[in-house]
Amino acid sequence: MIKIENLTKYYGPVLAVDSVSFEVSKGEVVGFLGPNAAGKTTTMRVITCYLRPTSGTVSVAGYDIHNHPVEVRRRIGYLPENCPLYPEMNVVDYLNYIAKLRQVPAAERPRRVKEMIGITGLEDVLWKDIGELSKGFRQRVGLAQSMVHDPDILIFDEPTAGLDPNQIVEIRQLIREIGREKTIILSTHILPEVSATCDRVLIINDARLVASGTTDELVSRAKGADVVTAEIRGPEEEVYQALRKADFVDEFRKIKEGPEEDGAWLTLEIESTGDIREKLFRLVVEKNWSMRELKLEKMSLEEVFAKLTTS
Amino acid sequence: MKNIITIARKEFRTYFESPIAYIFITAFLLLVNFLYLWTFFLVGQADMRSFFGFMPFVFLFLVPSITMRLWAEERKMGTLEVLLTLPVQEKEVVLGKFIASFVFLLVMLALTFNIPLLVGFLGDPDWGMIICGYLGCLLMGASYLAIGLFASALSDNQIVAFILAIAICTAMLIVGEWFFLILVPDVFVPFFNYLGLGTHFESMGRGVIDTRDLLYYISVIGVFLYLNVYTVENRNWV
Ligand SMILES: Nc1ncnc2c1ncn2[C@@H]1O[C@H](COP(=O)(O)OP(=O)(O)O)[C@@H](O)[C@H]1O
Ligand SMILES: [Mg+2]
Repeated sequence: MIKIENLTKYYGPVLAVDSVSFEVSKGEVVGFLGPNAAGKTTTMRVITCYLRPTSGTVSVAGYDIHNHPVEVRRRIGYLPENCPLYPEMNVVDYLNYIAKLRQVPAAERPRRVKEMIGITGLEDVLWKDIGELSKGFRQRVGLAQSMVHDPDILIFDEPTAGLDPNQIVEIRQLIREIGREKTIILSTHILPEVSATCDRVLIINDARLVASGTTDELVSRAKGADVVTAEIRGPEEEVYQALRKADFVDEFRKIKEGPEEDGAWLTLEIESTGDIREKLFRLVVEKNWSMRELKLEKMSLEEVFAKLTTS
Repeated sequence: MKNIITIARKEFRTYFESPIAYIFITAFLLLVNFLYLWTFFLVGQADMRSFFGFMPFVFLFLVPSITMRLWAEERKMGTLEVLLTLPVQEKEVVLGKFIASFVFLLVMLALTFNIPLLVGFLGDPDWGMIICGYLGCLLMGASYLAIGLFASALSDNQIVAFILAIAICTAMLIVGEWFFLILVPDVFVPFFNYLGLGTHFESMGRGVIDTRDLLYYISVIGVFLYLNVYTVENRNWV
């Protein structure tokens, strides 16, 4: 559906996107995740044909952005960052105006506009000027605007930024519903948003794509994504040596040493990829040591993100 | 074509969404009526020569304030990002905005109808000359509009766009005026004179329609609209 190849964009000397490539297939909801200034907005602006890339190309539903920008725009609904709207227009006039320019046939226009108003819950503010609306309602107008021509592809740039917690929940719910039928790319710098709404995540940092996969995949791919806490009693040096040798251990550290009269219990934090509890237990049995605690903790998406974007 | 009309209608309506448009039109009408009546009673002739004489200078400030908002405000608000990701071509947006501003100018000029009425009431003017003068006003105004619209796309600040437009219009106006022409070598005088925005207007104000004048205004409009499309197509702004 969307294919991005070696996309690079400079603003003068500033490199905003550095040879990014990825594909989005039909029906996917993809989260575009990265800290501020990572290059998310720029990438979206290129896909929507708002800006031309310095090099590389994008094709949307088979149409190239360089040769057929109008065809590309026709197939996309776009909600830009900060949801820019005309404050002096009222909601109905605005949606009609966009529907007209989106070439929704005149006979269908009232029905489409009405449908959008229903989906986004704008019934109470139809005749108000957009400038008088709260941020939450403005965001809904932005969403309604992006879908009025029933596009296959939707691109939302930080759709929940600046909303209060209740509004965030509502907008996410709305996006999930829309995502059942449509291909969506949404950007965010907030992690829970991705797990709440997306099938797949693309992590972008410092203009480069650093990781891509489902949230579970990313969590398990990050080296040392699982942490096992174990309390082991045995000769300290021997224990360390055995752990260093074991191929299922990525890294470990001693976080506490029990009181002497207890017989030197070592509390260890062992990082690994995947669940290693059973292997660890067997090792302890084999060496004839003792064990009195064994606990697995998954690394959270936040920690994965921090790991991927700091290295 | 449909897109151009849709955009033009929206832009035209936007002028009247704020009270500024009404204040602005009132101020314009007061100014031109005052300027005209003042010279009318001074000279005591039943024609509109003086009216068409000061129009190039009134337009110098009037027209850039009609166009300054059209791109700059959309750039500042970010609404251009929605507009230019709709399935419309940049040239359709440029033309839509140009037509809206032209119709606004048309409305303003139409509202000066009391002046020819007064002239007709008090004397027996040459109506051909008056119609010709108004046509000249429209052509010259459209040229200023094209320049102002282009200037508006160069900034995201309306005031900067306004000043830029005045600067370009002034430059285009004075190259043809006597106080500039006395400074240039004789061989260039016809060239600069032809380039001047006011030169072509003067003859129309006297009731003469020359195809060279028409061609001149149409070229100025064309060139600046083209520059506008080029600027927008090659944008690298937010
Ligand atoms: N119009 C612009 N002119 C110059 N630099 C820009 C412009 N837009 C973005 N940038 C720069 O490009 C980089 C990426 O920005 P952006 O794509 O907005 O990131 P994000 O949306 O991930 O926060 C940043 O360093 C930003 O400062
Ligand atoms: Mg952004």
